[in-house]
Amino acid sequence: MNVPDKKNGKGSLDVKMETRGVNVFYADNHAIKDVDLDILDRSVTALIGPSGCGKSTYLRALNRMNDTIYSARVEGRILLDGEDIYGSGVDPVEVRRRVGMVFQKSNPFPKSVFDNVAFGLQIGGEKDKDLIAERVEESLKGAALWDEVKDRLQASALGLSGGQQQRLCIARCLAVWPEVILMDEPASALDPIATAKIEELIRELREQYTIVIVTHSMQQAARVSDYTAFFYMGELIEYGATDGMFTRPARKRTEEYISGRFG
Amino acid sequence: MRTHTHQEFEAELRNLKDRLLAMGGRCEQMIGTAVSAFEDRDEALANEVLEADREMNEDERAVDDLAVRILALRQPVGRDLRFAVAAVKASTDLERIGDEAVNIAERAIEMTPADRLSPPGARLPEMAQRAGAMLREALNALVEEDPKKARDVFDQDDAVDEIYSEVLTMCLDYMKDPSNIGDGIRICNCAKYLERIADHATNIAEMVIFLVEGRDVRHGHA
Repeated sequence: MNVPDKKNGKGSLDVKMETRGVNVFYADNHAIKDVDLDILDRSVTALIGPSGCGKSTYLRALNRMNDTIYSARVEGRILLDGEDIYGSGVDPVEVRRRVGMVFQKSNPFPKSVFDNVAFGLQIGGEKDKDLIAERVEESLKGAALWDEVKDRLQASALGLSGGQQQRLCIARCLAVWPEVILMDEPASALDPIATAKIEELIRELREQYTIVIVTHSMQQAARVSDYTAFFYMGELIEYGATDGMFTRPARKRTEEYISGRFG
Repeated sequence: MRTHTHQEFEAELRNLKDRLLAMGGRCEQMIGTAVSAFEDRDEALANEVLEADREMNEDERAVDDLAVRILALRQPVGRDLRFAVAAVKASTDLERIGDEAVNIAERAIEMTPADRLSPPGARLPEMAQRAGAMLREALNALVEEDPKKARDVFDQDDAVDEIYSEVLTMCLDYMKDPSNIGDGIRICNCAKYLERIADHATNIAEMVIFLVEGRDVRHGHA
């Protein structure tokens, strides 16, 4: 259950994040139940399931975003390159640099395009202006946004379109050299073309980064991911290579969900 | 399995299956009529088969249109996807069965008038009955989504192949009299058409296994 059937997968076969016996509670609510799941390096893993199934909660456990919720409690082990990210002495800010996150609604700072991307480096103490400028350009190129904004780097980020703002948030995430990128419905508020650009970008980023994406769109999961994990009522029901999950899922509940029979 | 949240989608899938089965029913009838035309040298019956084939061609187009529409608008996955793919493939097999029935009907018209069937010709009704039964069972397997019934169809194909080679051997003997060569060739051809019908029925049975189990068992793949 915890390791997907790799023979049909397209990505790398090395494990980047290993999660064992993960339980998440919000006060008395047992939101994630005993999840064992390996996330493979430089591949795209999609988390799917009906609303309230725990997929976003699980995603947020992967970079300690649940730490910021007072009532939340995470149990079990979540290893990044073999090291427990919840271990004592681990700096959650460093975890979130290595494991970046992109949200459903793009959330650029009310600053210039340039300053948005430079922000992480600057608060990390980087002073070298040339290095920062170089990294901003690399990151914007990496997020497939450079050509559209290179002539207006000093303009406000809030003047960009929705799709551009979302790619800016991805560039901001890339600027601090992450290894894993978590995406929580990154395209659900975008039109089809902007969605296609984000999806194309995800396929490109996968060459260098490990990506975990939560999506409500079955077609999107099918298009962008190498592996798919189906969550239902806090449990991991099925995990496997995406093409297998969408042509012949092993579990009846998975089949019923992906084919639109409930959820 | 539960029904779809989208009732319209559910209805489309049902409609696709119903049309496919109606096509199958028409095929069975065509095989029976074509062989009767052959047995009785009945040109009117042969013409019925030709007429039925025109409707069959329309059926094939209708099934494919519906399946393409489902693929485009519903983007089915899992079993629904396999069903849409299986429907397109099965419609091709059914249409070809119709074409083979037409071939038999055409040969029936060409046969020299005679009071009774020649020895090799007398083997064809049984062959037709067996091939028709295979088609019926493949369609039942599709209705009931029963892979066991589908596998039963595979076993029956061997018996049809045996009769086929038996008919060929008998024809060689029959054609030693040069006046029988024309009809002998027609009988050989009809046997070939029936053997192909059995193969198409086997293809449909293979699609039932793909639909239910998600496994491709064609060309000897277990």
